[in-house]
Amino acid sequence: MSDSKKNPQDLDPEVTEKLREQANALAEQVNAGNYAGAMTLINDLSEVRDQSLYREVGRLTRSLHEAIRNFQIDPRNAEQQEALSKMTDASDRLEYVVKMTGQAANRTMDLVEDAMPKAHAMRDEAARLRDEWQRLRRREMQPAEFRDLYGRIDTFFITLNRDADTIYGNLSEILLAQDFQDLTGQVIQKVTALVKEVEEHLLSLVVMASHVDQLTGTVHEIESKEVSAEQGVGPQMKAEEREDVVSGQDDVDDLLSSLGF
Amino acid sequence: MKILIVDDFSTMRRIIKNLLRDLGFTNTDEADDGNTALPMLRSGKYDFLVTDWNMPGMSGFDLLKAVRADDNLKTLPVLMVTAEAKRDQIVAAAQAGVNGYVVKPFTAAVLKEKIEKIFERIQ
Repeated sequence: MSDSKKNPQDLDPEVTEKLREQANALAEQVNAGNYAGAMTLINDLSEVRDQSLYREVGRLTRSLHEAIRNFQIDPRNAEQQEALSKMTDASDRLEYVVKMTGQAANRTMDLVEDAMPKAHAMRDEAARLRDEWQRLRRREMQPAEFRDLYGRIDTFFITLNRDADTIYGNLSEILLAQDFQDLTGQVIQKVTALVKEVEEHLLSLVVMASHVDQLTGTVHEIESKEVSAEQGVGPQMKAEEREDVVSGQDDVDDLLSSLGF
Repeated sequence: MKILIVDDFSTMRRIIKNLLRDLGFTNTDEADDGNTALPMLRSGKYDFLVTDWNMPGMSGFDLLKAVRADDNLKTLPVLMVTAEAKRDQIVAAAQAGVNGYVVKPFTAAVLKEKIEKIFERIQ
């Protein structure tokens, strides 16, 4: 009961009133040496406690049902539970995001890897032709070499035209490959909304549970678990606002050089 | 110069592979976590290890410690390329003997700079 005395505002006024009355009566009986009467009063007291506990448990059960319904899971039907579960849907959606982003990344890299050697080859051939051209301008070129250069320039123009087209095509496909952002963005927003909703419901469950704890005088020992970062914790959010996290490569370099790196 | 790239995401391995190729390193292999990487390192005569931190199975940090604890591998240069950005983690990696630490997202220039720095120190 010590717990409920600390938070009398959380109990029904009716209950606290009864408690106060009976506690006074109990003290009187004990002082008067009427122990049998005192025991009866103690029984009455625990009955008051039990009754309010039952009432609270009833209320909590109803709220719990409500909360579960809000998750849209019908626990009576396994199939429906699967189909109706927003959570299952959310993980499907997130899997879809992983798939879409993965596809876009690979598509982009395919196109880049296709374009890169073409750009390289263009640059290299242009450099070689420029050198030859300089020789021609300095009149260092033999007629046979000139004929060769003539043909190479022709080929170069044709290749340049074709490869520039390909590279342009790849670039516009890369542009299109970014369309995943629109779709994944929408999906992630939906999942975020669901997470917020779940958070609210969970919060109300926590509040309910703490009511039960108060009524029964239960005290939980909550161990604070120190999460080890050794296995990796992934990207950090709001790094700029945090002291324990670096906000970029410059920070990393500063930290390492302060360690003598 | 034979390089092993360890990351659980194939896209990231591909990006690093491409960047390394641009820097002139064409002999690269890939592994998706420490458990696959370690036997490769033990049998494959690699000159350089590029690893992520957070991976299922064996993490990059554990891989780093395993490499440093192995007599045949302990001098292998290790570059960590990771999203792990806690100061404690970077200090831990430094103490475990990492040769360079690149935090994601990174640029080609940063990767180049760190790799060059590591090789400068070795030579």
